[in-house]
Amino acid sequence: MADPMRIRAQAAGDKTVVRVLMSHEMETGQRKDSAGKTIAAWFIQEVSATHNGKPVLGAQWGPSVSKNPFLQFTIKGAKAGDKVAVSWTDNRGDKRTDETTVT
Amino acid sequence: MKPLFIVGASATLLACWSAQAQKSAADGIAEYRKMLEDGNPADLFEAKGEALWKQKRGPKNASLEQCDLGKGAGVVKGAFVELPRYFSDTQKVQDLESRLVTCMESLQGLSGAEIAKTPFGRGEQNNVTALATYVAAASRGLRFNLPQGHAEERRIYEIGKRVFFFRGGPYDFSCASCHGEDGKRIRLQDLPNLTKNPGDGVGFAAWPAYRVSNGQMWSMQLRLNDCYRQQRFPYPGFGSEATIAVSVFMGVNAKGAESIAPAIKR
Repeated sequence: MADPMRIRAQAAGDKTVVRVLMSHEMETGQRKDSAGKTIAAWFIQEVSATHNGKPVLGAQWGPSVSKNPFLQFTIKGAKAGDKVAVSWTDNRGDKRTDETTVT
Repeated sequence: MKPLFIVGASATLLACWSAQAQKSAADGIAEYRKMLEDGNPADLFEAKGEALWKQKRGPKNASLEQCDLGKGAGVVKGAFVELPRYFSDTQKVQDLESRLVTCMESLQGLSGAEIAKTPFGRGEQNNVTALATYVAAASRGLRFNLPQGHAEERRIYEIGKRVFFFRGGPYDFSCASCHGEDGKRIRLQDLPNLTKNPGDGVGFAAWPAYRVSNGQMWSMQLRLNDCYRQQRFPYPGFGSEATIAVSVFMGVNAKGAESIAPAIKR
């Protein structure tokens, strides 16, 4: 399993702001190493988020997203104590899911 | 008629453009940094460092939770703003990273010499950087207060001052060439005056930091290493007396400055 994500979810009235920091190299596949060999593409392709199990966000990413991506989004109708989970899958088939509680 | 109209239009455009350019480059950079603060990838290194602090590792299969960073065994909060300082067990003034390596050696049985030889960004050096980020984060918001009570601490400060002003290398640079006066900058990068307290969250108070431009977490040892590279000096040894001395010089000068480490840089 890859390095953990840092997820924070803060409720303010009806809106909850979720901030996610993912740990990922996000190689575009365009870079070359010092020996001149192309560094293979390695990036997150799919991101999804759920609120108490219900899907609230889906994203398809490509090589233009930079290293250690930061994602911020707002969900409606969440309250303190609810669970928000974020998952990603990369082009190598690696996955990661982390969960947090809304404060 | 037509030429007049075109001149009029471009004059208006020029006026708009120069009005927008009233915001200085420094303001623009400050705005950019504010936007980056949320989701500072340094948090990932802090989390990794915390895990490493508590994890049993090395031939002795022990954690670092008994490591003395200057405020007692296992005390992490407040340690960062009092480093470098003198340690009686090693009888040396040590900075954060060399002290972490001392603990990794004495508590976990890892080889300090091997770690010092490892280039930044590889192997155990990554772990040292993550640990340093974790320890620094525990003192976020506290003010620098390096001890100078021990004679050795004062001696190292004086060495640091000499190292800071020592001119050498193919360009005859010293640290002071860039950091010896107020108001200097390189291209768009403002340079803090490190001969005195440059203010909260500046200079010594802003490292370790995550550098967005190369996606790397930089500790003070790496920052100094790169300063020497930029001056075209030979690379200093990891945890060498010169780097610790210059750190003491900067840290004591920065007394009272608020630490914002781990920070984020362009």
